[in-house]
Amino acid sequence: MRYFARRLMALVPVALGVVTLTFALIHLVPGDPVVAMLGDYAAPADVQALRHELGLDQPLWRQYVLFLYGLAHGDLGESISQRASVARLIRERYPATVELALAGLAAAILIAFPLGLIAGADPGGPGDLGAMGFAILGISVPHLYLGPLLMIVFSLDLGWLPLTGRGGFAHLILPAFTLGAALAAILARMLRQSLVEVIGADYMRTARAKGLGPVRALFRHGLRNALTPVVTLLGLEAGALLTGSIVTEIIFSWPGLGRLMIAAINNRDYPLVQGCVLVFALSYVVVNLLTDLLYSAIDPRVRLAR
Amino acid sequence: MKPRRNPSLIAGGAIVALIAAVAIFGPALNRTDPLAIDLGLSLAGPSPAHPLGCDSLGRDILARILAGARVSLGVAIVVVAVSMAIGAFVGGAAALAGGRVDGLVMRAVDIVLAFPGILLAIALAAILGPGLADLVVALGAIGWTGYARLVRGEVLSLREREYVEAARALGARPARLLWRHLLPGVAGPLAVQATFGVGGLIIAEAALSFLGLGVPPPAASWGNMLDSGRAFILIAPHLTTAPGVAIGLSVLGFNLLGDGLAQRFGRGR
Repeated sequence: MRYFARRLMALVPVALGVVTLTFALIHLVPGDPVVAMLGDYAAPADVQALRHELGLDQPLWRQYVLFLYGLAHGDLGESISQRASVARLIRERYPATVELALAGLAAAILIAFPLGLIAGADPGGPGDLGAMGFAILGISVPHLYLGPLLMIVFSLDLGWLPLTGRGGFAHLILPAFTLGAALAAILARMLRQSLVEVIGADYMRTARAKGLGPVRALFRHGLRNALTPVVTLLGLEAGALLTGSIVTEIIFSWPGLGRLMIAAINNRDYPLVQGCVLVFALSYVVVNLLTDLLYSAIDPRVRLAR
Repeated sequence: MKPRRNPSLIAGGAIVALIAAVAIFGPALNRTDPLAIDLGLSLAGPSPAHPLGCDSLGRDILARILAGARVSLGVAIVVVAVSMAIGAFVGGAAALAGGRVDGLVMRAVDIVLAFPGILLAIALAAILGPGLADLVVALGAIGWTGYARLVRGEVLSLREREYVEAARALGARPARLLWRHLLPGVAGPLAVQATFGVGGLIIAEAALSFLGLGVPPPAASWGNMLDSGRAFILIAPHLTTAPGVAIGLSVLGFNLLGDGLAQRFGRGR
C-alpha cells in the first residue's frame, strides 16, 4: 500500500511538469499564434482584438495562473475554429482513441504470443527464423504504409472489411492491426529472448528431469517466468499506442483525438491544439503509472526496491 | 577467440551502405529532375524512361525517391548527431557534477520523457511551421533526452573505475576527463542507440511529413510522397509502394545494424 501511495505522490510533479511544458510550448515558442491564425496581412486592430479575446495580452504569469485555474475546473478554454468548449470536443473524441488503442494492444498481443512461442520453443530452428524474420519486418514496415496496404488487400481486393470510419467490430480490425503491428514485433522478440533464457534455467532442467515433456514443462513452469520482462515492455510501449493512433486515425478516418488535433493544427486553433496535447500527454503519464502498479502486482520484489 | 557469427551486422551494414550510396551518388547518376512536372504523364506506370512511373503531377518517382533519400536520411542523421552531442554533454556533465545539479537535470529529462516523443515533435512542428530546419529542431528537442540518460548512467559507473581515478589524481579537469576518458567508454552503447535512433527518426520524419508538418512540397521526402500518393491508392498504388518500400528497407537496415552492434558490444536496447 505504501508503494502505491509513493507512486501516486510521484505523479504530482510529473503531471505539473507536463502541464507547464505544454503551456510553455504554446506561449514561449517563437512565432505569434495570433498572426499565424489571422495571416500576415491582418489589420492590426483585428490582431489586437483576437489577442485580447484569447487573453494573450495579459502578462505571462497571469496567463499561466489562469490556465492552471481553468484546468483545475476542467476548463480548457474555447476552440476558435469550432466555437465550442475544448473540453467538450475532447470528451466527444476521446473514447474513440481509447477504443483504438486498446484494440491495437489486443492485436499486438494476439500476434506476438504465437510468434514468440514458436520462435522461443526451438531457437535457431526453421520456426524461429520464420517468426523472427516476420517480426523484424513488422518493426520495419512503417504503419503509414502498412495501413494503406491492408486497406488495398482486405477492403478493396477481398472486400472482407470496411475501408474507413468507426462502427462495429469489423471497422476496428484493420486499424487495430495497423497500430499493433510494430508493438507485436517488439513483444515477439522479447518473448523469444526471455523464453530462451528460461528454458536454459536450472528449474526447467529439474522439471524435465522429473519426466515432464518439453511442452508441459514450458507451459507449467517456463511461461510464467518468461512473461515478467514481456509485461514490463508491454507497459513501456503501451503509451506509444496512444500517439501511434494519431497517424492510424488519419489513415482510416477514425474520429478520435488524433484527427481532432491534426485538424486543429491545420486550422491554427491553438487552444484546441493545447488541449489535445495535454490530454494525450497526461494519458501517457497515467498509462505508465498503471504499468508500474501492474508490474509490482506481478513481481512483488519491485515494491521493495529503492 | 573465434569470431562469432553476426549475420545481423553484415546484412544491416550492407543495406545501410547500399542506401547511403544511393543517397550520395543516386541524384548524380540519375539526371532526371525530381521537380519537373509533365501532366501528360500523370500517374503513368513504370516505363524505360521512368522506371518507377510518375506521380499525379507527372514527376519521375525514381528521381523523387533518390532526392528524398537525401532529405530523409539527412534529417535523421543530423538529428541523431545533434541530439547525441547535446545528450552526451548534458548527461556527462550531470553525472560529474552530481548532487543538486544532477537531480535538477534528470528531473527535466524525466518531464520531457513523460511526453510521448512524437507528440512533442508534432506540437513543436505545428508551432514552428513546416520547414526543414524547423523539422530538425522539433525532432532534436526530444531526441537528446534518451542519450542524456544513457550517458549519465554509463558515466556514473565508469567514473569509479581506477583509470579514471588515476586521471583525476594526475589533475585532469572535468571537461578533459569527460572527453578523453569517459566518453570513449560510452562509445559502444552510444553507437547502438544512435543506430536504432536513425531508424526511428526515418519513421518520425515520414510521419511528420505524412501529417503535413514535415518537409513542405514540392521538395520530395519519403513521407510526403507517401502522403500525396495515398489519394491515388486505388488507381495508382505504385505511388505509395516506392516510398513505402524505401522507408521499410532503410529502417530494416538500421535495425539489423543496431542488433548486430548490440551483439558485438554485448548490450543495447
